[in-house]
Amino acid sequence: MRNIIGSIVIGLAITIAGTAHAADKLKVGFIYVGPIGDHGWSYQHDQGRLALEKELGDKVETVFVEKVAEGPDAERAITRLARQKAGLIFTTSFGFMNPTLKVAKKFPKVKFEHATGFKRSKNVGTYNARFYEGRYINGKIAAKMSKSGVAGYIASFPIPEVVMGINAFILGAQTVNPDFKLKVVWVNSWFDPGKEADAAKVLIGQGADILTQHTDSTAAMQIADEKGVHAFGQASDMIKFGPKAQLTAIINNWAPYYIERAKAVLNGTWKSVGSWKGLTAGTVKMAAYTNMPAGVSKMAAETEAKISSGELHPFQGPIYKQDGSLAVPAGKTLGDGPLLGMNWYVKGVDGKLPK
Amino acid sequence: MSAVEAVILTIITASTPLLLAAVGELVTERSGVLNLGVEGMMIMGAVCGFVAAHVTGSAAVGILAGLIAGIAMSLIFAFLTQTLMTSQVATGLALTLLGLGLSGLIGESFTGQPGVKLAALTIPVLSGIPFLGPILFGQDILVYLSLALTAAVAYVLFRTRTGLIISAVGGNHHSAHALGYNVIGVRYACIAFGGACSGLAGAYLSLVYTPQWIENMSAGRGWVALALVVFATWIPKRVLIGAYLFGTVWIMGLYVQALGVAIPSQLLSSLPYLVTIAALIIISGNRTITKVNTPACIGQPFAPER
Repeated sequence: MRNIIGSIVIGLAITIAGTAHAADKLKVGFIYVGPIGDHGWSYQHDQGRLALEKELGDKVETVFVEKVAEGPDAERAITRLARQKAGLIFTTSFGFMNPTLKVAKKFPKVKFEHATGFKRSKNVGTYNARFYEGRYINGKIAAKMSKSGVAGYIASFPIPEVVMGINAFILGAQTVNPDFKLKVVWVNSWFDPGKEADAAKVLIGQGADILTQHTDSTAAMQIADEKGVHAFGQASDMIKFGPKAQLTAIINNWAPYYIERAKAVLNGTWKSVGSWKGLTAGTVKMAAYTNMPAGVSKMAAETEAKISSGELHPFQGPIYKQDGSLAVPAGKTLGDGPLLGMNWYVKGVDGKLPK
Repeated sequence: MSAVEAVILTIITASTPLLLAAVGELVTERSGVLNLGVEGMMIMGAVCGFVAAHVTGSAAVGILAGLIAGIAMSLIFAFLTQTLMTSQVATGLALTLLGLGLSGLIGESFTGQPGVKLAALTIPVLSGIPFLGPILFGQDILVYLSLALTAAVAYVLFRTRTGLIISAVGGNHHSAHALGYNVIGVRYACIAFGGACSGLAGAYLSLVYTPQWIENMSAGRGWVALALVVFATWIPKRVLIGAYLFGTVWIMGLYVQALGVAIPSQLLSSLPYLVTIAALIIISGNRTITKVNTPACIGQPFAPER
């Protein structure tokens, strides 16, 4: 009898101590779609997480789950984090949209932030980065550097995010060379080094001498380096994989956003917002311009400055759709709404957009 | 290099790991063992191959390491299923999970390191022949090995006594045991062979295909190889056709997309699987040949009655 009471008391003491300790620190959870070792998308999110820990280490503890497949499994992973008393959860891929909303309904006190999505609720906010700004700069560089006038784009899934990137790239290229051609290959995966390498080889075989991608591994950059063509790094600096090939890379810098949002939860000022920042706020960064003549890197830096200051918007009119109709009249800029729902190609892209 | 040449070279690279793993698994299954752990052995071959090559700077050492890793993993499976007589299906699946997890652990500090690429054997005069030269004579050694292995396995299985013993063990292990053959021993050897081939396939991925290490880089190829073996009714020649057909349709799908042809990419992604299954089913239409080649005891544990 004494043993039972004793163990209950000890059990209670530990639980209270545990909750007291947990109440001190805010637990922030991260769900990644790929491995943090992808040196691309998930890697950069994890860098943001590490920066968050460094900055607010005494008030925040972080936990992450990597390689969570988009779909039903995601719901399970997110629920587990919420049950583990996470106060703020970041779900870092488009395909986590519906699972996040579902779990958010069950845990109204937990705050959720979904990356690259467009559905929000009372405790679900969205955040994104204006990658298309970086794509526009890439396009300009590509048109200047390409001898064949053809670039290859390794794309993942035909969602607005990806289509935006393709369109921004070709728009940038067309400012330098109006006849610039873009070949797009859809690998239907965010991360498959083998497929990305195959796509890269096929594109190079068809005459592309600049490669860019919206997938998460470094395979294409490696193939570019091997075959002596140029490429753009995606989501993180891939220069180690393409020392002669990389022109620049679009680097996702999530750290400032993560720190800002964690502080908001700690202060109690967190509200569901749709955050979409870019070069101006430092959420998008460009890697050093390498492997190009000084004139081209100067042009790139100038373009970057103009976009940062707001003087230049990649989607300013006139812009024509593939079918010839006018999407954006001269003097106007494409608004955020149409951008987020983009499902058409700009004139100049080879091929039809899959549905 | 013309576009056609580039495409053919890419097809060869895409098909080789499938062929290597499938041939090994074919031998394993012929002896009556269903080893579902091909994906696990392949990824372990990939990580060990990469790590060894990275540390020593030699791709050859990497290939050897991949081979040994595959054998080691398969021997774990062999011990569990042959000596301890656990369920082959469950153990195979467990092996896959073990391989995937362990490889991630081993490779963690090596992710993102640039790799060592296995050089192509450029046979002096012959590879200079325009078009055919690089395709036939400019491949790396693993490509030639995969083709040689397929031929060798076909020869051994159908024309030697060893092959007959393997088929006997897989067809009716009780009769084979009664005749005095060491069923467990033969199965151990075949499992190890299968593991070696899967390990080689994995080493190919991380040393030739994409010379780097990224978690899960096998991306399901082990499962494709497993399916190939069954759909090819355990005949090496059909496995060769299946592997190359899969690779061809996959690469042509990408090629067609890059040309701008308006076929939905999702359909093109599923085509390799559909076409290969269809083709192999048609090839395996002859029921008698299928029945003769199916290892009747596959998946059943062997417990000697005496």
